[in-house]
Amino acid sequence: MEEYKLMKGNEAIAEAAIRAGTDGYFGYPITPQSEVMEYLMAEKPHERTGMVVLQAESEVASINMLYGGAAAGKKVFTSSSSPGVSLMQEGISYIAGAELPCLIVNVARGGPGLGTIQPGQADYFQATKGGGHGDYNLIVLAPASVQEMADFVSLSYDLAFKYRNPVMILSDGAIGQMMEKVKFKEQEPRMKTPPDWATVGKPADRGPNIITSLDLDPARQERFNHKLQEKYKKIREKEILFEEIDCEDADYAFVAYGTSARICQKSMQLAREEGIKVGLFRPITLWPFPYEQVTRLSKKIKGMLSVELSAGQMVEDVRLAVEGKIKVHHYGRMGGMIPTPEEIVLALKKQIIGG
Amino acid sequence: MAEKVVNQEMIKPENLVYQKTKVLNDNVMHYCPGCGHGTAHRIIAEVIEEMDIQSEIIGIAPVGCSVLMYNYFNVDMQEAAHGRAPAVGTAVKRLLPEKFVFTYQGDGDLAAIGTAETIHACNRGENITMFFINNGIYGMTGGQMAPTTLEGMKSSTSPYGRDIPMMGNPLKMTELVAQLPGTCYVTRQAVHDPSHVRKTKKAVRKALEYQKKNMGTSFIEIVSNCNSGWKMAPVEANNWMVENMFPFFPLGDLKVPEEK
Repeated sequence: MEEYKLMKGNEAIAEAAIRAGTDGYFGYPITPQSEVMEYLMAEKPHERTGMVVLQAESEVASINMLYGGAAAGKKVFTSSSSPGVSLMQEGISYIAGAELPCLIVNVARGGPGLGTIQPGQADYFQATKGGGHGDYNLIVLAPASVQEMADFVSLSYDLAFKYRNPVMILSDGAIGQMMEKVKFKEQEPRMKTPPDWATVGKPADRGPNIITSLDLDPARQERFNHKLQEKYKKIREKEILFEEIDCEDADYAFVAYGTSARICQKSMQLAREEGIKVGLFRPITLWPFPYEQVTRLSKKIKGMLSVELSAGQMVEDVRLAVEGKIKVHHYGRMGGMIPTPEEIVLALKKQIIGG
Repeated sequence: MAEKVVNQEMIKPENLVYQKTKVLNDNVMHYCPGCGHGTAHRIIAEVIEEMDIQSEIIGIAPVGCSVLMYNYFNVDMQEAAHGRAPAVGTAVKRLLPEKFVFTYQGDGDLAAIGTAETIHACNRGENITMFFINNGIYGMTGGQMAPTTLEGMKSSTSPYGRDIPMMGNPLKMTELVAQLPGTCYVTRQAVHDPSHVRKTKKAVRKALEYQKKNMGTSFIEIVSNCNSGWKMAPVEANNWMVENMFPFFPLGDLKVPEEK
């Protein structure tokens, strides 16, 4: 019998990870995501599936543990929140450069600096434009519910191993902390055979497997960069996910992800009660960003409002997609503040309809 | 004529006393002539062959002069970010507990940027073997001051000698990790002459045997020269090391497991 559980988003990620056959979790406590490791430790996944859970000495250590575990061909993940994810950026760049599959969860909070512990979406640039050094991309998934927190774990592993690329779930403190009903998949077995590139000890019948992001020959390094770009192109062509709500008859659209998308659903309802036909476009993959889908929508409507818990980051991608053809503005709150549905409707009227 | 006969005797298989280990490949090493890395690599590789664990061992390379060590070893290897080899090795060993894991780092990597990872891996007692090549200088980047640069020692960022009040003290990392309950075997060795090479090789063997028995972290410092960075000829560098490095970094075991 299918059974719903009432859980926090952070706990749902942890439970989903055990069930997805994760081999190892390496993390460091930080609010508002500490429930991930707390849940894992309490659940004793070592007894349930043989999964390793280790509290590292820092986010720097945990991301490098991820590197080691992924390079050994294992399903590994870590979770943190904004300042901790900033610390991980060097390691994430190495992971992308060594083409290792893994999952990084960012339950984002308000910044910059130590910022606040309340929800934020100001890590969009860091997540989608490559927060570390070099030309690389993460696949970035943005859940908008506790159910999606759970569902995106196995999706992340599938994408990570399909493309040998790190995947980030970019959530926020609201989705991480709030409790909702969630239904889990059945327990998946842990992987039995490692991928052929993994460093697991060199048998006599093959040469050594080497995991590195270093090539001192610039011509070879450029060729490798081209190979990475080919991979990213393939991901852009095949893996875009998005949701459109009430866009068929819409004159205007909110563009929003995660917590902002949820608030916008209430704003849509309020606006429609006033006779303003507004829809919601919700990118689910923030990278690859659904440019073409936003372009297509922009041809049917008069204006778009990008609603974010930031000073306006995703709005740049919306503008790239719209190419100046219709009005695009941003409305957001920062530093852990969350807009009410009413103020978003007001912003739509002022900045898009009346502006 | 007699000479030729002797040579033929020498190359008979039964008279072979030394050959290159199969755990190293034939690539020409990039290390400076006189550097200790080549010898350290060779004895680690020889022990891997002698213990017959080539198919069961994963090595973690550092950033520094030995960043390309995976080009010479005939084993699966990962290249870690600067200072992070103990964290990388921790995960590999936790996820593949039946395999052997070794890390190999210089003084800048292990004792400066990676101090936290070193101490915490040792303190958790990760069942890995850590090799620490200490030549008192940043070799690859061109001879800058290292955490282990001696007082008064010149480097490109301490051109008038290490001034303790201004630049801080040289760090005895090996003494530090010997205090931690997670380490089972902590020793300081050198590879500048045959007798020390033999001693170091015995230490490498012990360390990997302890790993096999899951006894905790085994930590081997190898005091080495950097004749390029020290701006000395190889022999001169070795003599300088014996006279100046060894008094501050004395050789020998700092911690050995109790024999049961």
